[in-house]
Parts: sequence; structure tokens; C-alpha cells
Amino acid sequence: MKLFKTATLSLAALAMTASVSMADTLDDTKKKGYLSCGLNTGLAGFAAPDTSGVWKGIDVDFCRAVASAVLGDASKVKYAHLNAKERFTALQSGEIDLLARNTTWTATRDTSLGLNFVGVNYYDGQGFLVSKNLGVKSAKELDGAAFCIQAGTTTELNLTDYFKANNMSYTPITYDTPSQVIEGFKAGRCDVVTSDASQLYALRTKLKDPDSAFVLPEIISKEPLGPVVRQGDDKWFNIAKWTHIAMLNAEELGITSENVDEMLKSNNPNIQRLLGTSSNIGEQMGLDAKWAYNVIKQVGNYGEVFERNVGKGSPLKIDRGLNKLWKDGGLQYGAPIR
Amino acid sequence: MKKIKKEPQKDVAFYNNPEKRAIIYQILALIGIFLFTYFILNNMFINIEKRGINTGFDFLSSEAGFGILQSLIKYDESNTHGKVFIVGLLNTILVSAIGIFFASLIGLLIGIGRLSKNYMVSKLCMVYIETFRNIPILLQILFWYNVVLASLPSPRQSINYFDTVFLNNRGLYIPRPILESGFIAVIIAFILAVIACRYLVKWARKKHDETGEEFPVFWTSLAILIAAPTLVFFVSGTPATLEYSELKGFNFIGGWTLIPELLALAFALSIYTATYIAEAVRAGIEAVPKGQKEAAHALGLKDHIILKKVVLPQALRVIIPPVINQYLNLTKNSSLATAIGYPELVTVFAGTSLNQVGQAIEIILMTMAVYLTISIVISFIMNYINDKIKIKER
Repeated sequence: MKLFKTATLSLAALAMTASVSMADTLDDTKKKGYLSCGLNTGLAGFAAPDTSGVWKGIDVDFCRAVASAVLGDASKVKYAHLNAKERFTALQSGEIDLLARNTTWTATRDTSLGLNFVGVNYYDGQGFLVSKNLGVKSAKELDGAAFCIQAGTTTELNLTDYFKANNMSYTPITYDTPSQVIEGFKAGRCDVVTSDASQLYALRTKLKDPDSAFVLPEIISKEPLGPVVRQGDDKWFNIAKWTHIAMLNAEELGITSENVDEMLKSNNPNIQRLLGTSSNIGEQMGLDAKWAYNVIKQVGNYGEVFERNVGKGSPLKIDRGLNKLWKDGGLQYGAPIR
Repeated sequence: MKKIKKEPQKDVAFYNNPEKRAIIYQILALIGIFLFTYFILNNMFINIEKRGINTGFDFLSSEAGFGILQSLIKYDESNTHGKVFIVGLLNTILVSAIGIFFASLIGLLIGIGRLSKNYMVSKLCMVYIETFRNIPILLQILFWYNVVLASLPSPRQSINYFDTVFLNNRGLYIPRPILESGFIAVIIAFILAVIACRYLVKWARKKHDETGEEFPVFWTSLAILIAAPTLVFFVSGTPATLEYSELKGFNFIGGWTLIPELLALAFALSIYTATYIAEAVRAGIEAVPKGQKEAAHALGLKDHIILKKVVLPQALRVIIPPVINQYLNLTKNSSLATAIGYPELVTVFAGTSLNQVGQAIEIILMTMAVYLTISIVISFIMNYINDKIKIKER
């Protein structure tokens, strides 16, 4: 069945018509009236359905932000739920226009798959989740352990590197989806779950007793996660990139979804340019002058999105850490809008 | 019926001549298909190049960089994607072979049981068939996998048989024989035993034809096959030792391991496919004319002899063609392993490798070619057998 799905996607790639290759994703999206956005199959904090079945998360919010910028309405998104193995083919073949699926930015992916990484909407790193009664205090004690991993991820490759560098051996048990991974851990198929630290916190909440497991202190890799678009459509690439940057700038300038209407009257030239009251940046991108206003009004600034989905306002309660703005000592840095 | 060839009428234009017209249409259809394929492939290459997606089969020689749970040949993370392909292929063949063996065995027994005069046996077989063939195979795979995992203890509380065989939720651990150079004598003894058995069978058949006396060929052959290598094994000074699994750190190390993914998948595939084979067996047996059984009965043959020597040989002709299909289905269904993470071709190659190198078209084409080849080989072998056993018309 999976083969069938992948085969269909590949055949779709085969059958891409000339119109797709010369595509203007912006025009297409406006014509269709909605944005097709690829998400995870279900990962709390990034893309997961809430109790009423509405998908929520950092990645969902990025899709909604781009839809607000392009179409002026955050709700005009159609989501495709992809597992790690399907995501790139779906984007390459044109099934989706934007991939917002906690995907690590790597050189190979950026240069050989026909993809462009938009930016980093979450700085992450790979960690280990172990059960408390295993009695392990450090990743260095994991020689010979069995690991539950999601197939086709950078995690899988980093684990190999780490164990080779430390002269240890391991048994990999690879599953398709994060939920299979945590089920395997629950059933005792493996001793350790390894994944991006943010995912580990999300998966931990699915345990019967979340306090019975904890994340080891070692972080063994850099995992800059970000949205991805197809290569070859620079206009669309710019839109996605600057939507992300606009949300960072909004936080820096103190503009939130609550106060954005008041801010329209602000005298601060930075705010005026961002909100389109004194600039034509939106038009330069082929968008409405109020593009950034729409994003902030309907989705919020970067900090709001973070806190709501993974930070203190969410069950995950992840510390902002590296994802603080540059002026607060973090890595998130929005290029100037001018 | 004899085909009457019509003389083409001379005064009709060539496009009104039905025979010529048929040829013209076929040529047109062929050109159409060719153009369509060309258009699609051309489009694909243009698009791929525009997007800057890598193409070609270079990735097969680049380092894979990920581990695989089970491999029949030596594999580690520094091997290439080409090796991943081989490892996946072998794992597919392994699980298919195990599945085909057990599905045939269970299918034969259940199919015969279905026709038993014993009410209980017959009804139980019916319930078995109706239950397992009406549940989607994917659900069964997931069910058995979860049952296997949920019912087995963790490594430290392993079920233990005399400290040689261990069973836990990481797998079934059995001792691994380590062969020394002297072991070749045992292998030779085994081959000689097989040859001896062949002669024994010939001799017994001849004796049966001449005198009508039955000789217990099966049991004698079995005795020879076991006794000869065993004897040589001890005479040549036991040239093999067993490596036992032992608990070290997180899990057992050493010996042979049967992983739960393999157990669950082989179990599900055999049980599911066996229902179809059982029905084919039943159909085959019922297709044998009743008179054949009655005649054999009248000769005073015992029931199991009738089944073995009269019914099954005739039934096989009906049974084999549908069973070929079931073998093919089983092999293709093994790709559902991706749901439980058994590392077969689709999981590791069309899954993990595809995602690491991103070259969907090449990888999917290779994977499809593999399934096509396996299917053709299976049907070739089975058709050969079918030809062998079908009624020889002279």
C-alpha cells in the first residue's frame, strides 16, 4: 500500500505536465483559491489534531501564515499529511506547494533534491528518550541498546555517526510514523527513542505515565527545522521566506495579533513598512500591501506561535532556548524589512 | 473448426479490406502508445533537469549511513545503497519463502480438514478460513505484531529453555552452530545419504512393481538422512560448536536471532494466504470424480493411501494454477512489512534509501522490476511443475 502510494507519487512526478514546470505557484494558488501544504502525520506541537479535530501546531501556523499573506485568509489551506518518506516526492511532484513538516535543512536536501529551504522556524537537536527504570544517566552508556527511529530521517544518519564516533553498537528498529515509534517504545521493542528533542517531548506526553521516561542530557546534532518549497520558482520562494521573516520582525517590534490594529497608527517607520502603511514591499512580491498585517492579525508573530504551540501555553512546555530572538540571546534573527 | 480464408476481393479499396484495416489500426495504436510514452518521458526529463533534481544510478555506490535491523549478508552503516538494495531483496525473499512454505503446509491440512467427515474438524476449518480471509492482511500483520510484542516479556525476564533458547520481545534467540573445517565431511555424508535415498526409492518401486510388497521408503530414508551425517559428525570428532546467546547489557548477544517483525509478518502472511490455498485444495479434491475414490475403496485401500495415491495426484492439476496466484500475492503482500518495520525491500530501499537520496523514479523503477522478476520466476517454476504433473496425452 505504501509502495502504491509512493509509486503513484512518482508516476505523478513522471506525468508532470509542461505547465507545472513553468509554474507560477503564486498565480496557481490564487487561481485555486487555496494553498496545498504538506504536514506531519501527527506530532504534537508541530502538526496534530486537537480535541475537536482541528490541526494545530507551529507547522500548521506557517501554512496558515503563507495563506494569509497570499490569499488574505488563513483558513484557505488544504493539508496533506505525509510521513517522512513521502514528503519530498510530494513536493517535487507538485502535489503540495509548501512543505511545513519539521524537516531538517541539510546540504544534500537543499542541493540535490530540487528543493529550497525557506528558513529555520525551529532550532532543534537530536536527543534520546529513555525509561527511568533502565538506570541510564548518559548517552555514553547506551552501547548495545535497541533504538526506535523514524525511517528516512536525518536522525537515522546522526545516530550512526554518533555510535561510530564513540565506538559503540546499536540495534535500529525503524518505523514509518512517530506514533509507531512511541508504540514500539511502549511495547518494549526498544530501549531508547531517538529523535529531535522537540519530538521527544511531544512523544513523551503519549506515554501512560510521562514521568516514567526522560530525555538524556546529550544533544548529538544540529537540527535546523524549516519549511521547504520547490526549486525554480523564486517568486514563491521569496514569499515563503519573507512570511517567516515578517513574523520574526513582528515579534521584535512588539506587534501581536491583539495589538496589530492599533499599530497601524504607529509612527515607527519600521512598523509602518512592515504593516504596509508606508511601503510597497507587498506589491513587489506580487501580494497585497497588507500581506504582513494579514499574517500577524490572523496567525500572530513568531513568539505567539511558539508559545501557543510548543512553549508555556502548550502541554509540551518547551523552553524557548535557541529559538529566542537574537536580542534575547537566541538564534532567531529576522532580516530587515525595508 | 476450420478457418475459412476468404479471398480478398480485388475491387475493394485497401482501407475497406477488413484484414488490412485491422493491421492499420494496430499500427496506429502502437504509434499512439509510443508517442504517449515518449511525451511523458521527455516531459519528465525536462522537468527533472529544470528542478535540479539529481538523476542516474550513482546513488547506488554512495554510502547509505543507516543501520538495518536484520540482514542475511554482512551489512554495516558504511555500506552503499546498492548493498541496501541486496539486503532488502534478500529479506523479501526470506519472508516470502518462509510464508510460502507454511502457507502451503497449513493450506493443505486445512483444505483436507475442510472435507473431513468429522463434523468438528470440518466446521473448525471452515471457521478458520472464513475468519482469516475476510480480515484485511494489513490489520492481521499489525495484530500479530502487537500480540507478539505485548505477550512477550522484556529481555531481562526472558522465557528460558535450558539456557539455550530464549524468547523475549526482542526476538527468539537460538544457539548458532559454528562450523569448523572438518564439517565438510558431514556435508559430504549428507549428500551421499541423499543419493542413497534416491536409489532406495527406485529399488523400492521396482520391488513393488515386481512383487507387490510395500517397503517403508519414507521412514528408511529419514533414518538414513539423519543417521549418516550424525555418525560422521561424531566419528570426525564433532567439528562444530554451538554459540549460545547470553544476556549482556541491554540484550542477548550471540547466537541466532529471529526478530519479532519477521515472526509476525511470516505468521500473518502464512495464516492469511493459507485460507486461499485451503480453498484451492478443497476445490481440487472435490474435482476428482467420486468414482475414483469408490474404486480405490473397493480395492481395499486405506483412506490415507487413497488420499495420497489416488486423490491428491489428480487434484494437484486443479490446485496448482490458483496456488501460483497465491504465492505471487504472498510475495507482493510482504511489502506491507513497512507497517511494522520489518526491513524488506520496500521498507529499506523504496523507503529509507529513497528518502535519503530522494531519487524516487530510479528507486521505484528498480523496486517494481524486482517484484516483476520475482513474480515471473515463481510463475515460471510453477508452470513447469504444472506441465510435469498434468495428464500426459499421447
